[in-house]
Amino acid sequence: MRTILPVAVVVAAIVAFWYLAAIPMNIHFAVTSAQRAGAEVTPESGAERRNMGAIALAARNPAQWTDSWTQAKPRLPVPHQVVAELWRTTALQHPASKQSLVYHGWVTLSATVVGFAIGTGLGILLAIGIVHSRAMDMSVMPWAIASQTIPILAIAPMIIVVLNSIGVQGLIPKAIISAYLSFFPVVVGMVKGLRSPDAMQFDLLKTYNASRSETFWKLRLPASAPYLFASLKVGIAASLVGAIVGELPTGASRGLGARLLTGSYYGQTVQIWSALFATAILAAALVAIVAGIERATLKRMGLAT
Amino acid sequence: MTQVPVIESKNLDLTFETADGPVAALKDVSLQIGAGEFVSFIGPSGCGKTTFLRCVAALEEPTGGSLTVNGMSPEEARKARAYGYVFQAAGLYPWRTIAKNIRLPLEIMGFSRAEQEERVNRVLELVDLAGFGGKYPWQLSGGMQQRASIARALSFDADILLMDEPFGALDEIVRDHLNEELLKLWARTGKTIGFVTHSIPEAVYLSTKIVVMSPRPGRITDVIESTLPQERPLDIRDTPEFLEIAHRVRDGLRAGHAYD
Repeated sequence: MRTILPVAVVVAAIVAFWYLAAIPMNIHFAVTSAQRAGAEVTPESGAERRNMGAIALAARNPAQWTDSWTQAKPRLPVPHQVVAELWRTTALQHPASKQSLVYHGWVTLSATVVGFAIGTGLGILLAIGIVHSRAMDMSVMPWAIASQTIPILAIAPMIIVVLNSIGVQGLIPKAIISAYLSFFPVVVGMVKGLRSPDAMQFDLLKTYNASRSETFWKLRLPASAPYLFASLKVGIAASLVGAIVGELPTGASRGLGARLLTGSYYGQTVQIWSALFATAILAAALVAIVAGIERATLKRMGLAT
Repeated sequence: MTQVPVIESKNLDLTFETADGPVAALKDVSLQIGAGEFVSFIGPSGCGKTTFLRCVAALEEPTGGSLTVNGMSPEEARKARAYGYVFQAAGLYPWRTIAKNIRLPLEIMGFSRAEQEERVNRVLELVDLAGFGGKYPWQLSGGMQQRASIARALSFDADILLMDEPFGALDEIVRDHLNEELLKLWARTGKTIGFVTHSIPEAVYLSTKIVVMSPRPGRITDVIESTLPQERPLDIRDTPEFLEIAHRVRDGLRAGHAYD
């Protein structure tokens, strides 16, 4: 309970900074609108204002500050605008409506979950191969690393075009881009986890004349659990990024990525920001779910109290 | 004792190839260990005592000489599960309870469920841990963990028990207690025990035979047959007989260092 006050103070400071930052960001439009509506502004010449710095203009027109927080298409929307938009597009819309963020969130979420499942499965299989075969260690690992150095924005359109040409559309291409991003942390974490038992542990099993598969199931796999979960938390967040990036290049009309894209086409900054926040909330929820499964599993295994 | 040796090594050599050139970990080691003997290996670090034990367990491959365990090569003996090995650290799996840790070798060796159950209970009793089977390793003290690891090595009834400084990380009070327990256990089970240690009193107190080793190259400098009686209360360590053997071990260790 004692941490609530400091946390509240930090959040309040961020929100206050946000409102302050919105003033210079939006002041030019606010002053121009006010002048059109007949208000006194300084300086009066539009040309002069355009050449002025935003902070200087804001300092000379304090009466227009509040106007900078209520515009329909601000450069930087303020928190209450974003919250109102989030509320309007979730609670006040039918979830199946195209106006609803729940609908778009669901589209992105389903691609994320499918991609995460593919990526995790692939990652675990690759890690098992890498740990057990020197040839795979030397051949697969460099490719896995190289794959992550390619900007996902460059490769996503190609994946979508190639899959589209063989008739695969919709969720699967997005899920594959999402898997492309999420398999890597799983491979790295799982390889480390499967190799984590010390030499003595392997010697012990050798004295029992245990086979490779017994060593895997009884020692390597359980020992890798904490490492796997750490990777899964990174992987699920990467999956979400992948699904959203997969929605951008096609001009998709559904999904949080599409929401970001149409928002930027029409200058709907409030819509962009609310989609960004929806994404962040979704990511936090997904990570929290993985963390919950982690706690329950490790507790069951006796690795956590 | 005129039995067929359980462990027999003749002119055993083991040279490790390192970046700084070859290192002779074992040089010309010849030794016979009979059934039911308690043999301690003592010497400074790098004298090859652990390496010798690992050769017996087929965890290292000798580069020369011959070594047999139960008349077989160490590799065959390992595959026949001829020995239980206790490492320096207890090495219990943190995700298994004590009972399940002890069950590990039994699962691998394919004992039936009922048999596993029965054996786990028996060895838990043997090391005085009955009632702790359901605990996780972190809930036990270091001494109890090491006892659990001994139980694990005993569970599948190998005739040979190889112990690599099993009490090295424990404090002296716990160590004394476990030494006493180990002797009782040995008397009850009649196993052949190979025991690596740093401690002179521990070696003299436990052993029927003490092998004194010295480093560079790792070799045997003295083999002492203990004259102490089978029955050994802890205060036997104050008797002149005990001190005399300890003195001889110390002399052997010193001889190995003479040209350092």
